[in-house]
Amino acid sequence: MATVTLQDIRKSYGPTEVIHGVSIDIADGEFVVLVGPSGCGKSTLLRMVAGLESVTSGTLRIGERVVNDLEPAERDIAMVFQNYALYPHMSVRNNLAYGLKNRGFARAEIDRRVAEAAAMLEIAPYLDRKPGQLSGGQRQRVAMGRALVREPAAFLFDEPLSNLDAKLRIQMRVEIRRLQRRVGTTSLYVTHDQIEALTLADRLVVLNGGVVEQIGTPEEVFDRPATIFVAGFIGTPPMNMVPVDWLRGKGELDAVPAAADVVGIRPDDLDLEAPPGSHLTLPATLELLEPAGAESHLYVRLDGLDQPATVRTQGRPALADGARLALHVRPEALHPFVKATGRRA
Amino acid sequence: MRATFPHRFLPYLLVAPQLAISLIFFYWPAGQALHQSVLREDPFGLKTQFVGLANFRRVLGDPAYLNSVQVTAFFSVATAFLSMAIALVLAVQAEKILRGKGFYRTLMIWPYAVAAAIAGMLWLFLFNPSFGTLAYPLRQMGIAWDPLLNGNQAMALVIGAASWKQISYNFLFFVAGLQAIPKSLIEAAAIDGAGRTRRFWTIVFPLLAPTTFFLLVVNTVYALFDTFGIIHAVTGGGPGKSTETLVYKVYNDGFVNLQLGSSAAQSVILMVIVIALTAFQFRYIERKVHYG
Amino acid sequence: MAEPTMVGAGRSGQAAAHLILVLGAVVIAFPIWYVFVASTHSLQTILRPPLPMLPGSEGIANYSEALGGGINRIGGVSVGRLLWNTAFVATAIAVGKILISITSAYAIVFFRFPLRMVFFWLIFITLMLPVEVRILPTYKVMVDLGLIDTYAGLILPLIASATATLLFRQFFMTIPNELLEAARVDGAGPWRFFKDILLPLSATNIAALFVILFIYGWTQYLWPLLVTNSNSMNTIVIALRKMISFADADTPWHLVMVTCVLAILPPILVVVLMQRWFVKGLVETEK
Repeated sequence: MATVTLQDIRKSYGPTEVIHGVSIDIADGEFVVLVGPSGCGKSTLLRMVAGLESVTSGTLRIGERVVNDLEPAERDIAMVFQNYALYPHMSVRNNLAYGLKNRGFARAEIDRRVAEAAAMLEIAPYLDRKPGQLSGGQRQRVAMGRALVREPAAFLFDEPLSNLDAKLRIQMRVEIRRLQRRVGTTSLYVTHDQIEALTLADRLVVLNGGVVEQIGTPEEVFDRPATIFVAGFIGTPPMNMVPVDWLRGKGELDAVPAAADVVGIRPDDLDLEAPPGSHLTLPATLELLEPAGAESHLYVRLDGLDQPATVRTQGRPALADGARLALHVRPEALHPFVKATGRRA
Repeated sequence: MRATFPHRFLPYLLVAPQLAISLIFFYWPAGQALHQSVLREDPFGLKTQFVGLANFRRVLGDPAYLNSVQVTAFFSVATAFLSMAIALVLAVQAEKILRGKGFYRTLMIWPYAVAAAIAGMLWLFLFNPSFGTLAYPLRQMGIAWDPLLNGNQAMALVIGAASWKQISYNFLFFVAGLQAIPKSLIEAAAIDGAGRTRRFWTIVFPLLAPTTFFLLVVNTVYALFDTFGIIHAVTGGGPGKSTETLVYKVYNDGFVNLQLGSSAAQSVILMVIVIALTAFQFRYIERKVHYG
Repeated sequence: MAEPTMVGAGRSGQAAAHLILVLGAVVIAFPIWYVFVASTHSLQTILRPPLPMLPGSEGIANYSEALGGGINRIGGVSVGRLLWNTAFVATAIAVGKILISITSAYAIVFFRFPLRMVFFWLIFITLMLPVEVRILPTYKVMVDLGLIDTYAGLILPLIASATATLLFRQFFMTIPNELLEAARVDGAGPWRFFKDILLPLSATNIAALFVILFIYGWTQYLWPLLVTNSNSMNTIVIALRKMISFADADTPWHLVMVTCVLAILPPILVVVLMQRWFVKGLVETEK
C-alpha cells in the first residue's frame, strides 16, 4: 500500500509535448480516476506511471521511492489492460501465477494467493481453462485476478470495461469498486466514460489536451465545474451555455459575478413549472420531445439565440413540437464562466 | 508503435548467427561472383586481368548462351502453364465436391515431397526407351521414342517431370484462393443469370487473379532454379544442349568446363533476373489478397 | 434432394468432378506407385515392359537384398548411412533455420537498436541470392573453410533463410502490444518473454515451418552435389543419381527401385502425416 505522487510530469515525443506538466497526489488507498476525451493524454499518463512509457521530465513517486527510471516490474504495480492481455496459451491459474513465479514466490504462497483471488472473483471453477474458453466478463475477472494476486502497491486500470457490453459493464463497475474497497489498494483508473468516472472515483482528474482541468471529488466536479470544458464534459446531456447578456432582464442575476460573460445551466435545472422563490424565466420553443422511459429530453430553441438547449424533466409532459415554453431556473443553479479564460468566474 | 524491450547488446547477439551465415555464404560469394565477372583468368590460374564488361559481351554474344536462354524460356513457360492449368482444373473440381476433399488432397500433395531430381528419375523410369512402361505403348504406336537421343522428346520429358512435381504446390494455393472468394458473390452472379461456365470466367477467375499472379512468379522462379536437379539427373542438358537451362549452364561452364569469368558473368545475369522477379513480386503482390 | 445449394454442382456435376479428380490423382500418384511396384518385381520383369500394375512377389527378396548390402555394392556406401546422412542434414537444416530465424525476427520486432533496419534488409536481400546464382564462388568459400565433405558444409550455407525470418516477423507483429506490456509488468525480461510467451504462441508456426524445411532439406540436390566428393557423405538423392546409368547393362534396377522408394518415402510420410501443418506452412509462408 502506498501513495502515488506525480509532480510536474511532462511527456514529449520528439519536439511535440503531449503532457504539459501534470501534478497529482494520490493518497494511500484512494481510488483516482483519470477522465477525458480520447487523445487527452490520460492513457499516456497511466502508462508512464506503469513504466511502459518513459517520463520526459518531472518526478514520479510510488510510496517514498522515485520510480522514474525503474522497469515496470520493479515498480510494485499491477495493471489491468483494455483488452485484458491474458496469455492465451496459459491456463487461468498460470495466468494468475505468472507474475508471482517470475518474482520467485514459493509454490505454496502462489497457490494460496491464486486460490484467494479466485474465490474473491468467483473464477475458481475456471482455473484450468484457457482464456479463449471464457466469456468477456470472465476474462475481465481473470485480468483483475492477475493484478490482485500480486498484492501490489497500486493498481492501474486502462479502460478495463470498454470491451464489455453495457449490462456487464455496469455489473463489473460495481464489482471493481467493491473489490477495491475490500483490499484497499491505491488505484489509478483511466476511462473516457464520465459515468464510470463519477461512480467509481474517490477523486477524479479531468484531463484535456495534456493539461489537468480539475481535480476533485465527483460531487465537487459535478456541482462546481472549474472550467467550461469540465462543465461540458461531465454530465449528460451536457450543460447548456447561455450568454449572460441574454439573461439580463429575465430574473435575478446577483449571484453571477460581474466578470462572467457566459453561464452554464444543467438540463436538469431547467424546469417547466415555476419553482417557489426567486428564479429566472427563459422563453423558448420546443423543437423535439424525446421520451426516454421515466424521463424526457426536450430539445428547445431559446428565443433570440441560435444554439439549441436541452431540458431534462421527469415524466412525459403532454407537449406538441413547436409548443411555446417558459423555462425556469433558480439563481443557485447558474454556473458563471469567463469565456476568454475558460475558467469559472 | 510497437512495444519493445530496452536492451543494448542482446539484439545484436540475437541477429548475429543469421547475419554471420548470410555474410559468409551469401554476400561474400555474391561479391566474388561480381568481382570475378569482370576479370579474365589465364587457363593456369596464374594471371588475372581486368576486362570490364568483356565477359558479359562474350556471354551475351555466344550462340550457346542464347540457345540456353531460349531453352529456359520455353521450358519455364511450358512448365508454369502446364502445372498451373492442371492444378487449377483440379482445384476447381475439389471445390465443387461435397465429400472426399481431404482424401483427394492427400493424394495430390505427394509430389511436393519428392526431390526434383528424383521426380526426373521417376519420369525417366517410366519413359526410358529400354524398359519404360509408358515408353512401350508409344513405341507400339510407331513413335520413335527416345528422349535420350531426341531433343524435343527430352524437353517434353523434363517439362512433364517438372510440371508434375509442381502441381501439388499450385493445387494447394488455388484451393486456398478459391476458398477465399466469398460465396455470396457467386450467388449474386447466379441471381444475375450467369451460368456455371460464365460464372467461372467472369467472377471466379478474375477474383483468383492475385493467386494466379503470385503462382506465376513462384512457378517461374521454380522453373528457372529449382529444376536443376531434373535436368542434371535426366538429360544432363542434352541431347546436344537441347535442354541446357541457364542454371545448368552456369554449373556446367563453371564446374565442368572451368570457364570462371564466363560462369561468373552468367551468375551475375541470373542474379539480376532473380532480383527483378523478386522486386516484381513484392511490388505487385505485397498489397494483396490474403490466402486462407 | 441432391442439389445442395443453388450454386453448388448438381448430382451429375458432382460425379463429373469426382471423375476428373480421380483421373488427376491417378496421373499424379502413378509415378510413385510405379516405382513402388517396380521395387517388388525381379530385375527380369522390370526390364521386360510393360510392368504389371500390381506389386509382385519379389518385394521381400529385393528389400532384404538392398538393405543387406546390395546398395552398398552399387553405391559404395550402406543404405543406413545414406538415410542417416539425409535425415540428419534435413533435420539440422530445419532446426537450424528455425533457430536463427526466430531469434533474428525476435530482435527485429521486439527491440529498437541502431542498424536494425540495415540488418533487416541484409537478411531480406538474401532472398534474391539463391545458391544457384552463386555456385562457383560459394564452392570456393567452402573449400577455403575446409567444409567439403563435412556435415557443416552440407548444412550451414542452407540455414540462412529470409523466408522463415519474414514469416516469424509477420507473426510477431500480430502479437498485441499489451501482451508484452503485461509480461513486463509481470516481471518477465526478454528471455522469459521469449521462452514463456513467444515460443509457445509460435508452436504451430514452428511445426508448420519444420515440415516445409525438412522437405526442403531432404530434397536438396545442387548443394550436396557440390560439397560432397566422398560417397560416405552422400545424401540418398545424390547416391541414387550415381546408381543410375542407362548405358550400363548391368545396373541392378530392382535395387535402384528399392533405393528410390526409400528416398521418397520419409518425406512423403512427413507431408501426409503432418498434412495440417504442411498446408498451413506452405500457404502461409507464401514461399
